[in-house]
Amino acid sequence: MDGLNIIVLAKQVPDTRNVGKDAMKADGTVNRGALPAIFNPEDLNALELALRIKDEHPGSKVTVLTMGPGRAAEIIREGLYRGADNGILLTDRKFAGSDTLATSYAISMAIRKLTPYHLIVAGRQAIDGDTAQVGPQVAEKLSIPQITYAEEVLAIDEKSITIKRRLERGVEIVKSSLPVVVTVHSSAPDCRSRHAKQVMKFKHAKTVTELQDSSEDYIELYKDRPYLEIKEWSVADIQADETWLGLSGSPTKVKKVENVVFTAKESRILSESDAEIEGLMIELIENHTIG
Amino acid sequence: MANFYTDNPDMRFQMEHPLMKKIVDLKERNYQDKDTYSYAPRDFEDALDSYDKVLEIVGEICGDIIAPNAENVDHEGPQIIDNRVIYAKGTRENHEALTKAGLIGMSLPRKYDGLNFSMVPYVMAAELVSRADAGFANIWGLQDCAETIHEFASDEIKDEFLPRFNQGSTAAMDLTEPDAGSDLQAVQLKATWDESRQTWLLNGVKRFITNGDADISLVLARSESGTQDGRGLSLYVYDRQDEGLIIRRIENKMGIKGSPTCELVFNNAPAKLIGSRKLGLIKYVMSLMNGARLGVGAQSVGIAEAAYREAVKYAQERIQFGKNIIKFAPVYEILTNMDADVKAIRSLLYETTRFVDVYKCYMHIAEDRKLSAEEREEQKEYQKWADLFTPLTKLVSSEYCNRIAYDSLQIHGGAGFMKDFPIERIYRDARITTIYEGTSQLQVVAAIRGVTTGAFLNKIREYECNELSHDLVYMRRSLISMTEEYEKAVDTVMAVNDTEYLDFQSRRLVEMAGNIIIGYLLLMDAMRSEAYKKPAEVFIRRVFAENKQKFAYVMQFDLKDLAAYKI
Repeated sequence: MDGLNIIVLAKQVPDTRNVGKDAMKADGTVNRGALPAIFNPEDLNALELALRIKDEHPGSKVTVLTMGPGRAAEIIREGLYRGADNGILLTDRKFAGSDTLATSYAISMAIRKLTPYHLIVAGRQAIDGDTAQVGPQVAEKLSIPQITYAEEVLAIDEKSITIKRRLERGVEIVKSSLPVVVTVHSSAPDCRSRHAKQVMKFKHAKTVTELQDSSEDYIELYKDRPYLEIKEWSVADIQADETWLGLSGSPTKVKKVENVVFTAKESRILSESDAEIEGLMIELIENHTIG
Repeated sequence: MANFYTDNPDMRFQMEHPLMKKIVDLKERNYQDKDTYSYAPRDFEDALDSYDKVLEIVGEICGDIIAPNAENVDHEGPQIIDNRVIYAKGTRENHEALTKAGLIGMSLPRKYDGLNFSMVPYVMAAELVSRADAGFANIWGLQDCAETIHEFASDEIKDEFLPRFNQGSTAAMDLTEPDAGSDLQAVQLKATWDESRQTWLLNGVKRFITNGDADISLVLARSESGTQDGRGLSLYVYDRQDEGLIIRRIENKMGIKGSPTCELVFNNAPAKLIGSRKLGLIKYVMSLMNGARLGVGAQSVGIAEAAYREAVKYAQERIQFGKNIIKFAPVYEILTNMDADVKAIRSLLYETTRFVDVYKCYMHIAEDRKLSAEEREEQKEYQKWADLFTPLTKLVSSEYCNRIAYDSLQIHGGAGFMKDFPIERIYRDARITTIYEGTSQLQVVAAIRGVTTGAFLNKIREYECNELSHDLVYMRRSLISMTEEYEKAVDTVMAVNDTEYLDFQSRRLVEMAGNIIIGYLLLMDAMRSEAYKKPAEVFIRRVFAENKQKFAYVMQFDLKDLAAYKI
């Protein structure tokens, strides 16, 4: 089998796992400045899944695709350090404010430019929004099948893939034709460490915008080493319809953002009676823990 | 999510030492690899940035994988199955993670798939791994053997063995035998040339061999039959893929239990000669041992760092008499001294490493071109300091590491005596550091030349001349007064002119010199960063008193008093 073309969808997210007291602003929005920007954890599981396929099938190519502001180029470098072959940053002011629908439209248009591809791998969901919608929506927009909650690739050839899915009450083994979108669960193997030589090789990888802002004097280097350029694609580059992007392309409207503070410090034991359970449900809805 | 490199500012501080520019420029030889290898640096800043980024990987693997595995590795240990040593599960994971991250063969040149790192970042990596798991540090640290092959073996052997390190091959140095421990001249394992098979064959027993079932082993053997001393010994490389090696047993040890210590039987095992016959012990193993001693220095500093951190954590959390115990004077005194001592041995470790770095760079350059007279002079000078500072580093850091582990356990109280806290393992792991690769007593034998020739004193005078800011001068006054006492003590002992008497007093004299040297190193650190002012002050105050005690002991001791000690 010749190598496979694998695209990994990755997102730079605020590290919500170590939330300090400055995590939220007074207006109830996330204070991104106070939270370090990291590689979305399940996207790292997705990258590892892709790299393992590459290990097994030499000649395969792993491309990291991310959408975000200029600093999201860091995600691509992080991917290159761990063994990805190249990366593309989708960046344009016109993408700003996109919900999952607009995001998946933009990503699907970028993927069309990367045809032919065999496999698109993404984390199940991102820790900032936790929607788990982008992967499946990309599959729909590309009219290809999808396998969610993937834990392990059991077999893959040029035409099909067999995957073990991790579900709430067990596992499921499914087979799909290629190309396919696979979203990866956190129970899949952790991503490998950065590789020393890859880090030294790709630490100078930059987008054109970063190069323009950089004071480093390595111009010669970029002339000789085209692999150090991280491609930046704008709306025009992916030939997307602007009205389907950004706020105008996003039907999701945030009604209100509320800062919920849990006040109960100790656990409570309820009986099995319907009345008590209903009482708890009303209470949780009223204090906006659910609903 | 722990990172043992980025959570410790001392590391970057040592990396930014002014001498690093010279070291890296020499190591990279005008950055000649930059157009041949995609991962070679273009200039000094680029190289230092690469060191930093690669050590971040090491720190992350140490924090996230090796340290969390340490407890299970200690419990599980290695075992022998079908004449192979099977590592504990955690050991295998550790080794795989480091191999996959390209961290084996760090100091080898790029043509052998190495990273061409200078010694400082390599020793730093060894320190980080030791902090995570001192036992595992032995398995990882034996990549030192690659350096010996690189320095002394033929191109053919280098081409065959060196690229295997980066792929994860493990190594061992097979020196000790049942009757040849500290006295390696007594090695009996035989090497004989087999004319029909056109190879050397090894026959005999090795004992206490760390990682004895390694992929690549360096074996010290007697090639000159009929000889009895070190001049009849040669060094060989044995490939585990060949037949002829029996792993007889694994020792059941007190500490570093994850590291397999093996008894080996060589039975017509084919091997290749490294370098020239008869130079095995007197040249190659001496060099190998110096590397290994520096390695134990790094291991000791790593263990000390781990022990200190455990102590602080416990003292902050433990409440007695209504207070966190860290608030009690007897507890914070111990902790503050521990912190100063860890920084002290770290400063000494990297000073020594820099000396080793410079002379080794010149040594490798000399393989390709003739050094200028000036360069040769410099190489000689740095080698002299490396040779004197290496045993001093091994001595002081291993002894301190034991004391720090002892104090850390003490701070844990009864809880530290239980197997519930890491300090119980760290304490056991620390114990070997003053013993292997030459006991503390033998380090003194190697370092005493620094005292008797006046070399340490010269170095102290050199340090004394360094420019200091006004707020640090008072500490130098203490060191100058310590130096006067040291000189007087040395003169007194030398005047007696008796070898046994000198042997009796030598440790005191070496330690007195060591205390002054480390005092200056911390003072110079304080010049570069305010953060080292307090540790320097704490350290110098303590050793000022310690040297006075040693001074008094030496001065009131007569040759005839020796009789009272002889058994």
